[in-house]
Amino acid sequence: MNSQTPAQPRVGLFVTCLVDLMRPRVGFAAAKLLEDAGCSVEVPRQTCCGQPAFNAGDRATARDLARQVIEAFEPYDYVVVPSGSCAGMMKTHYVELFDDAEWQARAGRFSARTFELTSFLVDVLKVERIQAIYEGTVTYHDGCAGLRELGIKDQPRKLLSHVVGLTLAEMADTEACCGFGGAFSVKYPEISAAIADRKTANIAATGAPMVVAGDLGCLMHIAGRMQREGRQVQARHVAEMLAGMGHEPAIGEPDRS
Amino acid sequence: MAVRITSPAFKANARQALADAPLQTSMRNLEANFIGRRRAATERLPEFEALRDAARDIKDHTLAHLDLYLTAFEDKVVQAGGHVHWAATAEDARTIVLDICKRLGARTATKGKSMISEEIALNEHLEQNGVTPVETDLGEYIIQLRGEMPSHIIAPAVHLTREQVEADFRRVHTHLPKERNLDEAATMLAEARGILRERFLAADVGITGANFLIAETGTSVIVTNEGNGDLTQTLPKAHIVLASIEKVVPTLEDATTLLRVLARSATGQEQAVYTTFSTGPRRAADPDGPGEYHVVLLDNGRSRMLGTPFQPMLRCIRCGACFNHCPVYQRVGGHAYGWVYGGPMGAVLTPTLIGIHQAGHLPNASTFCGRCEEVCPMRIPLPKMMRHWRERQFEKSQMPLAERYALDAWAYFARRGWLYRPASRLGVALLRLLAFGRGRLRWLPFAGGWTSQRDLPAPAGTTFQAAWKQHVKARRRAAR
Repeated sequence: MNSQTPAQPRVGLFVTCLVDLMRPRVGFAAAKLLEDAGCSVEVPRQTCCGQPAFNAGDRATARDLARQVIEAFEPYDYVVVPSGSCAGMMKTHYVELFDDAEWQARAGRFSARTFELTSFLVDVLKVERIQAIYEGTVTYHDGCAGLRELGIKDQPRKLLSHVVGLTLAEMADTEACCGFGGAFSVKYPEISAAIADRKTANIAATGAPMVVAGDLGCLMHIAGRMQREGRQVQARHVAEMLAGMGHEPAIGEPDRS
Repeated sequence: MAVRITSPAFKANARQALADAPLQTSMRNLEANFIGRRRAATERLPEFEALRDAARDIKDHTLAHLDLYLTAFEDKVVQAGGHVHWAATAEDARTIVLDICKRLGARTATKGKSMISEEIALNEHLEQNGVTPVETDLGEYIIQLRGEMPSHIIAPAVHLTREQVEADFRRVHTHLPKERNLDEAATMLAEARGILRERFLAADVGITGANFLIAETGTSVIVTNEGNGDLTQTLPKAHIVLASIEKVVPTLEDATTLLRVLARSATGQEQAVYTTFSTGPRRAADPDGPGEYHVVLLDNGRSRMLGTPFQPMLRCIRCGACFNHCPVYQRVGGHAYGWVYGGPMGAVLTPTLIGIHQAGHLPNASTFCGRCEEVCPMRIPLPKMMRHWRERQFEKSQMPLAERYALDAWAYFARRGWLYRPASRLGVALLRLLAFGRGRLRWLPFAGGWTSQRDLPAPAGTTFQAAWKQHVKARRRAAR
């Protein structure tokens, strides 16, 4: 932990709309990791980071949602997001949305305190130990926004290396897009699927029975495509693996809880 | 315009491309060839990243003083005995070229590779007016045989397999023995060379593009790997250079900086095999060279990009790296984009040149993966500019209606948390019910965009926010 980090950092967890709606266990996994690392975790009321509007060209809605998020998370020392894509939106694009000095300044301060989950654990909290065991091999998919907007590449791999029993098998061309692209996946479904097929073939070629990534959007797309293709590969969010939840139902598996 | 624009049918074009087996084979080869070579070339050069900055700065400076450098270039060309022609539109440029050909009584014109020639649809115009254009770049030669547009700005025939080219050669080169062996690419190259050699010698006019125009000296620069450009421009009576206005750079030094990033980004070469500098027509003491030297400077809407968010696009040096690394281009190829420029650079430039009403799909058909910007030697923020196009479409209500309604409905809830939370809880509970205990849905009404290609995981049935509230309450009770 660096010298400026408070003894018990107060973290506002922005779970992302997809985790909120589709897979709450990723949010619980993130909260556990943050608490284990000595943070107090709170979940302010939230809807969406605004990226769908921003990428659809609707700046006014993106700006309103950015204001909403910035206001809700201003009381916290840090804002942590279990998604490179949403964190990229909040950290790098919010500042582009405002013309007035006051909101530019607020967005700038917000950006400085906002981190993707694995980056926060490694780069800010300097986490060296993870209490998780998983006997098995996984492969890791680099989400594009995390990789290219936030430079997230080593952090999740470093954390996964602390999971007892876990082996990482790198896939070919891991930096290639999976073809999700938010609304792109439903606006151009055939192209999106054709891009996914290269990714899923590379995943399968590693022989790993599980693919892990830091973005639920990519994961739902990859998992859904593999299930449609009849591939027997599980998909889980990296937070789940780090929180020791690697044996709970994978994405798209029946969940009786 | 002579060239048929199919950009509005991008979706249908893409679907057809995905089902085209030879195309898919060719596109796989493209990926395998270009990506690794570029990476190796850039990694061998420690100052590559610094060179990219320098290259960007050169073009930014030039674009800020474009009028100055273009007129300086014109002065130098005239001093060297050449001519500069200003073409505001594609039609102006076609007329200028045809007039030169007519004045010289030209019957054939050899051509080096030029995307500007494609942009102004020059070949059709020359043909209609009795001048036979002969493409001499191998890739361009092949697509001319097939009556196609280039599918890539530096590798025009990259969409074709060797077998397809062999079939075209056998179809067109009927004067050659039928039983000849064309199994090797090198044999086919030799065959094309043999045919082109006669055309070079017979040509009245030679037309090339330009990779750079140098204001300091009035020089045009082309880079090729086949040497065809040199024969095109040296042998005929006149050399006509087709260049768009943003090709100008201030000095020779600047051009060499750009050349260092160009070849590495394009093909992974340190330098192209031929880099040719041309200044004016043949001088008295020259052993060879054209009798006339003309430069046609094409605007065609580019000056309207100056001072707008699209200005950085004018830094583009046409290396094609963004094509090679684009997951969408890799799958659908260049013809799906429906006009001359495809890939990420085309997604930004094409709407400027043919209108967003025609090219509306192009800036939308991107996952915003950002790899184009990552490899662009000129650091052009391509995704950001595609987003600018989307913003213009949104402002002008040019989005498909269904998408607009969906976006507006979603925005209505997302702006109102008090409504969003109960509505989303209800939504995920319903979706959970529809899954009937299975982990995923194979089909869902109104969600065909997703479920046509992939399963949809069933949600947990409650939202994280609702579950977290319970979790916090339970914790408090336990602590009491």
